Amino acid sequence: MRYLDEFRDGDLARRLADDITRIVTRPWAIMEVCGGQTHAIIRNGIDQILPPEIELIHGPGCPVCVTPLEVIDQAIAIAARPGVIFCSFGDMLRVPGSSRDLFQVKSEGGDVRVVYSPLDAVRLAQAHPEREVVFFAIGFETTAPANAMAVHVARQHGVRNFSMLVSHVLVPPAIAAIMTAPRNRVQAFLAAGHVCAVMGLRGYPALAERFHVPIVVTGFEPLDVLEGIRRAVRQLEAGEARVENAYARVVTDEGNTAAQRMLAEVFEVSDRAWRGIGTIPGSGWRLADAYREFDAAIRFDVGGIRTAESPLCRSGEVLQGALKPNECPAFGTTCTPRTPLGATMVSGEGACAAYYHYGRFRAAAPTA
Amino acid sequence: MAETALPGPGGGPDFESWACPLPLRDYPRVVLGHGGGGALSEELVRHLFVPAFGNPALDALGDASLVDVPAGRLALSTDGFVVRPLVFPGGSIGELAVNGTVNDLAMRGATPLYLTAGFVIEEGLAMSVLGTVVARMAAAAAAAGVQIVAGDTKVVERGHGDSLYVTTTGVGVVPSGLPPIGPAQARPGDKVLLSGSIGDHGIAVMSVRESLAFETAIVSDCAALHGLVGCILHDDGRIRVLRDPTRGGLAATLNEIATASAVGIVIDERRVPVKPEVRGACDLLGLDPWHVANEGKCVAVVAADAAAEVLAAWRAHPLGRDAAIIGEVEAGRPGLVATRTSLGATRVVPMPLGELLPRIC
Repeated sequence: MRYLDEFRDGDLARRLADDITRIVTRPWAIMEVCGGQTHAIIRNGIDQILPPEIELIHGPGCPVCVTPLEVIDQAIAIAARPGVIFCSFGDMLRVPGSSRDLFQVKSEGGDVRVVYSPLDAVRLAQAHPEREVVFFAIGFETTAPANAMAVHVARQHGVRNFSMLVSHVLVPPAIAAIMTAPRNRVQAFLAAGHVCAVMGLRGYPALAERFHVPIVVTGFEPLDVLEGIRRAVRQLEAGEARVENAYARVVTDEGNTAAQRMLAEVFEVSDRAWRGIGTIPGSGWRLADAYREFDAAIRFDVGGIRTAESPLCRSGEVLQGALKPNECPAFGTTCTPRTPLGATMVSGEGACAAYYHYGRFRAAAPTA
Repeated sequence: MAETALPGPGGGPDFESWACPLPLRDYPRVVLGHGGGGALSEELVRHLFVPAFGNPALDALGDASLVDVPAGRLALSTDGFVVRPLVFPGGSIGELAVNGTVNDLAMRGATPLYLTAGFVIEEGLAMSVLGTVVARMAAAAAAAGVQIVAGDTKVVERGHGDSLYVTTTGVGVVPSGLPPIGPAQARPGDKVLLSGSIGDHGIAVMSVRESLAFETAIVSDCAALHGLVGCILHDDGRIRVLRDPTRGGLAATLNEIATASAVGIVIDERRVPVKPEVRGACDLLGLDPWHVANEGKCVAVVAADAAAEVLAAWRAHPLGRDAAIIGEVEAGRPGLVATRTSLGATRVVPMPLGELLPRIC
């Protein structure tokens, strides 16, 4: 654990912040893509020790936040069926669908279970051959390899009562979508270290060049985040736009090639809807034709479910950095963590929940 | 449903070693009849509960037990225990059922005296498991110096319970002269103390949950705290609040105190003891150790001039060796708990909403 403590050292963090203050000469808007980085920033108060010129914009990298409402409704429809065991990671259970969430489905008799690995869901399917076991496969490139492996293992072992509701999204197309949005203000990106640990730097140099935007691959501890910001500011100040790897202890240029092979076998790139943002071409994965029999949306015929977001929720603008959470009229009034309108208020990593909980707004800032 | 015989404290007792005529051995698992009020119920009580908890009040087997109570104000508390698995590193539902209620009494400054115990058993529970839980309850009660003087047993059909639920009700006595101790008594300027590291119980239980099962050396901190409380109690009113941060963890407890007392609380994150293994497990699961349950820790809010004295008394006590002054009470921002981070920033510590939900990545 000493290895972690070293990346949380307060004195070193303040020295890094001082260094950033020394090199910054004008305002810069930097987006941290990943929800894990947002969490580290808010939890440690990293934004409070940065010079006022640095504005951090929370990106769309929270998998819970960007899963479309209609996919949540599909999950709820499947989970409510008799004979189904519906498995999900924990933080999806409280995300509201159109009328209820998975916790409510569970309270009404649905067999909804939290699992920590998709392989646990496969094991459940083996243990309950008389039931249909469905795994809610959401997330970025980080969670996708294990999910691909689960489908692969299920087929290998002839587990026919297992399927997945897939809603995987990819980071590089989202970066392109943000940079081409009409109201874009992002001038540099902290790329998600865990995503790059799987995929390597593939696709990022082309993005940096096309949009002339610095991209720094960044980890999740306070010093990682500050070092990512420092490198991004250096590039911005120098007028450079390169891909830098500030997370070399985990990320290599080529990434995890075994995981990439598994992904290529099980999934194929598809257009994908992002909650609050809309459809981004080539930004998701779906099961490849050879594995389509494991697609829960087809097996349970829920692909036709269509739903509309609350017109009051502006989480899409928040996810793209066009609106700060506390600038939304519903923030803290009709929309709170207890009564969330959108997923950015539900997930612990969601920008709106982070603002609400950790007091980035003056009214709740403690005096100390 | 737990299937296998579980070792009792010190390796026994187990089902095979039970004394008494043999009727319970005819039923290696609990059947509905054990809760039916007839001969089987009576055998269960006479051959399991009474020998384990034995004391004159219980031995009389009356409809109610008669006990002596010294002078003072009566403290009452009741709590239900539904932990899974029934046995976990460092404890079991038996120790929890005793210590949990003892601690609720202790947090009001009471000396715990008597407990009652209600068992809701799912049909099919192995007798050996029930025997182990009861033996551990008896050992915990003896260690805490309380008597289990009354009880009740119900058996529910298989599928209508989760092996075993235990409810305990406790009676204690608060000395007449002791000023009120409670969550609404914190005042600006008071210091906040914590008796030791947080998160141990919750992580120990999670480490053996069926869906998690990760390896760790962490054991539950389950313990009776009235000794730890007793060594700091005075009648001068300088001990304002005592709380044991169980479900909801330290974050929930501090928020409850801030709300009830209408004060602000500011904690220095670096002073809150968290074992490296607990922090590592929390990082892995995406949990906040401040939200994880404890069963043997105490938060005290005390007058500033009593803080050093309380700290010294706790550190001299076996359950308080890692005690620390972790923050202070402020007049501003009533109801708000904040923490100074290791980076020197300040953030709000929210009340946890409900279930602990591990993050996806």
